[in-house]
Amino acid sequence: MSDARDQIFGDIRARLGRGRPDAAANAAAEERLNAHRRNLIPARAAALDHAGQVALFIAEAQAVDATIARVANAADVPGAVADFLSRQNLPAQLVMTPDPKVDAIPWETRPMLELRRGRAEDNDAAGITGAFAAIAETGTLMLISGAETPTRNNFLPDTHIVVLRASEVVACYEDGWDRLRAAGPMPRTVNFITGPSRTGDIEQRLVLGAHGPRRLHIVLLDDAGG
Amino acid sequence: MFQPMAEPFRVALFVTCLVDLFRPSVGFAAVKLLEDAGCVVDVPEAQSCCGQPAYNSGDRADAKAIARQVIAAFSPYDYVVVPSGSCGGMIKTHYPVLLADDPAMAEEAKTLAARTYELVSFLADVLKRDRIAARYAGTVTYHDACSGLRELGVKEQPRRLLQSVAGLTLKEMATPEVCCGFGGTFCVKYPEISDKMVSDKAADIVATGADTLLCGDMGCLLNMAGKLARLGKPVAVRHVAEVLADMTEEAPPMGMPDKS
Amino acid sequence: MEPTSHAFKANAHRALGDANLQRAMTMMRTGFPEKRAQAIARLPEFEALRDEGIAIKNHVIAHLDFYLERFEQNVVANGGNVHWCRNAEEAREVVLGLCRALDAKTVTKGKSMVGEEIAINDFLEQNGITPVETDLGEYIVQIRHEAPSHIIAPAVHLVKEQVAESFRATHTNLPRDRVLEEPRVMTDEARGVLRQKFLAADVGITGANFLIAETGSSIIVTNEGNGDLTQILPKAHIVLASIEKIVPTLEDASTLLRLLARSATGQEFSTYTTVSTGPRRASDTDGPGEYHVVILDNGRSALLGGEFQDMLRCIRCAACLNHCPVYGAIGGHAYGWVYSGPMGAVLTPTLIGIEEAGNLPNASTFCGRCESVCPMRIPLPKMMRQWREREFSRRLSPATQRWGLALWAFAAQRPALYRHVSALAARVLGFFGRGRGRFRSLPLAGGWTDMRDMPAPEGKSFMTLWAERRRKTGRAA
Repeated sequence: MSDARDQIFGDIRARLGRGRPDAAANAAAEERLNAHRRNLIPARAAALDHAGQVALFIAEAQAVDATIARVANAADVPGAVADFLSRQNLPAQLVMTPDPKVDAIPWETRPMLELRRGRAEDNDAAGITGAFAAIAETGTLMLISGAETPTRNNFLPDTHIVVLRASEVVACYEDGWDRLRAAGPMPRTVNFITGPSRTGDIEQRLVLGAHGPRRLHIVLLDDAGG
Repeated sequence: MFQPMAEPFRVALFVTCLVDLFRPSVGFAAVKLLEDAGCVVDVPEAQSCCGQPAYNSGDRADAKAIARQVIAAFSPYDYVVVPSGSCGGMIKTHYPVLLADDPAMAEEAKTLAARTYELVSFLADVLKRDRIAARYAGTVTYHDACSGLRELGVKEQPRRLLQSVAGLTLKEMATPEVCCGFGGTFCVKYPEISDKMVSDKAADIVATGADTLLCGDMGCLLNMAGKLARLGKPVAVRHVAEVLADMTEEAPPMGMPDKS
Repeated sequence: MEPTSHAFKANAHRALGDANLQRAMTMMRTGFPEKRAQAIARLPEFEALRDEGIAIKNHVIAHLDFYLERFEQNVVANGGNVHWCRNAEEAREVVLGLCRALDAKTVTKGKSMVGEEIAINDFLEQNGITPVETDLGEYIVQIRHEAPSHIIAPAVHLVKEQVAESFRATHTNLPRDRVLEEPRVMTDEARGVLRQKFLAADVGITGANFLIAETGSSIIVTNEGNGDLTQILPKAHIVLASIEKIVPTLEDASTLLRLLARSATGQEFSTYTTVSTGPRRASDTDGPGEYHVVILDNGRSALLGGEFQDMLRCIRCAACLNHCPVYGAIGGHAYGWVYSGPMGAVLTPTLIGIEEAGNLPNASTFCGRCESVCPMRIPLPKMMRQWREREFSRRLSPATQRWGLALWAFAAQRPALYRHVSALAARVLGFFGRGRGRFRSLPLAGGWTDMRDMPAPEGKSFMTLWAERRRKTGRAA
């Protein structure tokens, strides 16, 4: 395979009219890569204060068929989840990611909610996760893989409930990348999720729940100092 | 706001091959519009075609030769006005590219391009007309010829002027910016696809209920008029210049017999 | 797949007579443009983002080798593998080798046009491995033994009755008398069938919308989530990507992603935008054990420094297809190979040759709608014209066309002669057409008059009349 590699790079350089670029030519590209400067950020979210960004996140997420319930504190989350499931006539059974963000919710106050902690299986109809961040600009959730956050929990269950803290809402994807870089090395998977799964592949008629969840419910917790 | 000119512009009319052959009244309407606006109009004899058929068929050499000829004939004027978006676009946007590597002509091509305008754009953008003294009793729908629209930015100007014509009602079709399927040699190289496109366009036109179709390009007009006539649809098809110049009595609509 | 681009006219003829296709294309022709227009109206910075996206792509092209090297270093640093392939054959062998090493029986696939280009599905099947397309549109065309007809909406050429028919023929374990009318029901059925395939797959293959040099990551966008289930459940994730997919940083990818979904479907952002970096980490409880990026040249490097270099900016959004009146009239299959519409008309001859694909850049009116909606402002009509120039200089166009053009050009360069010819034609046609004002048929003009009337000339050419007027009024020239 290194023959192929050599030839590809040789062909690229020959067609660009040069050999291997020298350190000076590379320096500019190197610098650009390391600096990872932001390009233009739309004002839509970036020009708002945080409260405005949270309101925008809600509006954008609802526009793509996510549903949102706002609660004042962690103690209200179990009730909001139970209410959502019963309104949708869904069983009160959920798989939850073994995530400290989700553990921090006082689930024991709602013993009717049957929670199994762990990786989702195919027969889990509903699942709860936290989120790494949420992008106000397009109502997009940012979730990352990890020991406590298996990616399949975002996709296998038919219903995906996300416990989101207001402090996790940021304006734009670039804010999300900055937070991720600060948190550690790149995870295996970063999922940007904008509404429930959908397809328009049959006569461009919109149908929710193609392979991923057909319901995305966000319980937005107004944590202080957002 | 229209101001009469101190020093009249010397304007050369680039007639276009289709106006010359099929519908000279469009040429005369263009002349009238320009003269009424105070221009001195000339029609250089050494003109034939802008070279698009050669250019779009990949015959760069012939296209260049024709371009040089046009530049030579039309350079002595203040402005060149063309009653066609595609021919106007050829001169204005493509001649400079075509002759970019010709040291003798590159500058002249750019100079001519800067002075060349599609007719309605010239009236609105250079002569600053926003009203026209004409009368036309009818409901008009307007087709945006592709080159005029996308190469020369002709969109609002004809609509603004038409709206000022006494008795005229403007009715937009659903997709005025979609190609009618003429495309120069395309309509004879791929006639079935062209027919599908013009059939869709005809349906769009008929759906407006308008009694008149206007457009700024003879190729599109011949194509649409031919299809509407074959379908038996009673829509009068004319070049927009004919209505703006108040000369609709001079010639019957396209494809209709002259009853005079 | 074997190209049928040489049979474009016959393909188009069939397409124009196909009632189901015409119904399907009518829905497509208005839907996508409206949605794109709405999305752009909501984003005042769209034009500025276009400028930035173009600058990013042009910068990458000029430093393509640097960014590819850096990408490889970062993939490897994260525990992944990069495989360099010059052509389709090498790429197929690499993918087969990886599948065999894992003793793969079933492979799930996310949508990949590069996968179509290298015909990976047929190759895997020939070698005893079952590929299962998981994008609903791709699954539908797979069970119909068809190729996708659009680069992002593979089954756009079908009406729902055709989908139902295919589901009945394929999902034979389901009750025969079940009702299959609504897209909702059909989607649920496919979801059930494919969920089992996701869970059973040994290897998952996806494409990549972008590769990120900064982090050694690949990005896919889907609305269904199929690309995610394809990559996280099996033992290995194989990414198929061509060399020009590379972008420098996460920020650069974010800029391009802002353009992609809006240009493609009019969405603000695709439902699932996923950034994948290497295999699962030691502490992860799911994710693929292996991550392989198969990077393909297959004719891309040959475009560098040439007339078609700008084609390397293409982000495969399909806006040009969605807005093209020719594509809208005949659908994607008529183009005869993997890439259709305006981008296909430019790219296909570079990949399979102008002799095979010559019709594609010719079947255009140069209306320019494609270029106007292309987020990367690729000058598609100009490049189609450049193909026509190559055909002209190699005499590939039909003799009658070349002769007709030569006569026209001869006359056009001799204005005095031209005036006589035009005056004569005006008189003759004007005379014969005077009674009805139009011709129902004209010799040698069957291409026109078979389907349209030809309005008759007024009888004298403009130049004749102008000369007469000058004589009458005594005007100076």
